[in-house]
Amino acid sequence: MTGARRLEVLATGPLSTVQDAGRAGLAHLGVPRAGPLDRPAADLANRLVGNDPAAALLEVTLGGLEVRLVAATWVAVTGAPVPVAVGDRPVGLARAELVPAGAVLRLGVPATGVRSYVALAGGLDVEPVLGSRATDTLAGVGPPVLSPGQVLSLGTPTRPPAAAEAPAASPTGAPTGVLRVHPGPRLERLGPGALGELCATAYVVGAESNRVGLRLEGAPLARADAGELPSEGMVLGAVQVPPSGLPVVFLADHPPTGGYPVVAVVEPRDLWQCAQLRPGDPVRFSRAR
Amino acid sequence: MSPVRVRSFGPTALLAEVADAAAALALATWVREQGVTATDVVPAARTVLLDGLAPGEVAATAALLARWAPEPGGGPVADRGEAVEVPVVYDGPDLDDVAGLWGVTREEAVARHTGLELVSVFCGFAPGFAYLAGLPDGWAVPRLDSPRPRVPAGSVALADTWCGVYPSASPGGWRLLGRTDARLWDVERDPPALLAPGTRVRFVAVDP
Repeated sequence: MTGARRLEVLATGPLSTVQDAGRAGLAHLGVPRAGPLDRPAADLANRLVGNDPAAALLEVTLGGLEVRLVAATWVAVTGAPVPVAVGDRPVGLARAELVPAGAVLRLGVPATGVRSYVALAGGLDVEPVLGSRATDTLAGVGPPVLSPGQVLSLGTPTRPPAAAEAPAASPTGAPTGVLRVHPGPRLERLGPGALGELCATAYVVGAESNRVGLRLEGAPLARADAGELPSEGMVLGAVQVPPSGLPVVFLADHPPTGGYPVVAVVEPRDLWQCAQLRPGDPVRFSRAR
Repeated sequence: MSPVRVRSFGPTALLAEVADAAAALALATWVREQGVTATDVVPAARTVLLDGLAPGEVAATAALLARWAPEPGGGPVADRGEAVEVPVVYDGPDLDDVAGLWGVTREEAVARHTGLELVSVFCGFAPGFAYLAGLPDGWAVPRLDSPRPRVPAGSVALADTWCGVYPSASPGGWRLLGRTDARLWDVERDPPALLAPGTRVRFVAVDP
């Protein structure tokens, strides 16, 4: 921690974590995968500062992050559109910006969306745990969530930042709230009409949603009292139906196994939306082609 | 009838359903030996999840799974290595209840538990929490009616015919027989789980 390439955490907002490609391959030991919830936005941020896609960056929930860069560092902010300032100077999203030595990078509160990504040239060089620097908020594997006073080292940049800015903070645009789904493995437990019922129901995002799951509120699915199954492996995007009948979409920190029937699986290309939908936002499911 | 029922689990995963946890462990071991390109192979109580398949390989992998047959003789497939010995201080708050359910004395209950050779068939619930099979059906014990808000790390516990050791403090509804100071989970070790699936396990009574 003697090098100048580091950042000091001054403020974190509601929740800021370190994320990278995650820990796929350890589910059989009970370890969640972790990783950024909006992977296209995270990948864009890394690309803009010249990092590999697997470089560790910050996932900032509802803004509020303030960090001081000890040495001059290229940064890029993507995802939920937040006001960004370097010192007192407002700067743009989705472009590489050089933060001078000693300056403070500040994120305001996003007008829409939930999660913004802050990539720093060279990537965050925190100690990897089981091959990844990602924070898993369910089982506590990986670095702790960010807190004021922490100092994080940065790696050495290997490539120059991108010359051009990206057309938008989110490479995927704003979420539509329409999630395409594939049939789940336990449809028969929930009745033949369960997938149609899921796709016909108007849901809103529940306030308890987090990195583990997107919780939905609306009319409960019938036959949700089909009971528990013996625990079985779960995938990213699995739509589990607990006895309440209110579906939960499993996100990056989901438990590797679960005992409630899965009615559907969200199309991987739509999962980023689950990172950006706010409590109260409408959600509908539609059959993937 | 094929011993495997293969279900689609989204565009990049398959769920293979088998008879029991021993078959799931055997199938998961076989899948790894076949060189299937899944990022995760997750045995569980009655299924094996193959996750992270390339979309173009899902159909061929489903066909491969359908060809699997369990080895005659059955039983949990265990590692060929020595059994891991886990030292236990048998002073758990539910030891008397378990002895009562079994109709034996406290000492006889400890002798029954230390006389078993168990096999880790899958992990779940928390990193390194292994579901250990090998308790006879007649010794099954019900979960607590009301789970404890906090079970200490290292607690050795029973539920149904499963035995487990809590790697870290957590809420839990299993019946606590005792405690161990064995490190169940250590991210510096490979594998980090002491009782990874396939590991044989024996419990040894020690003084506090």
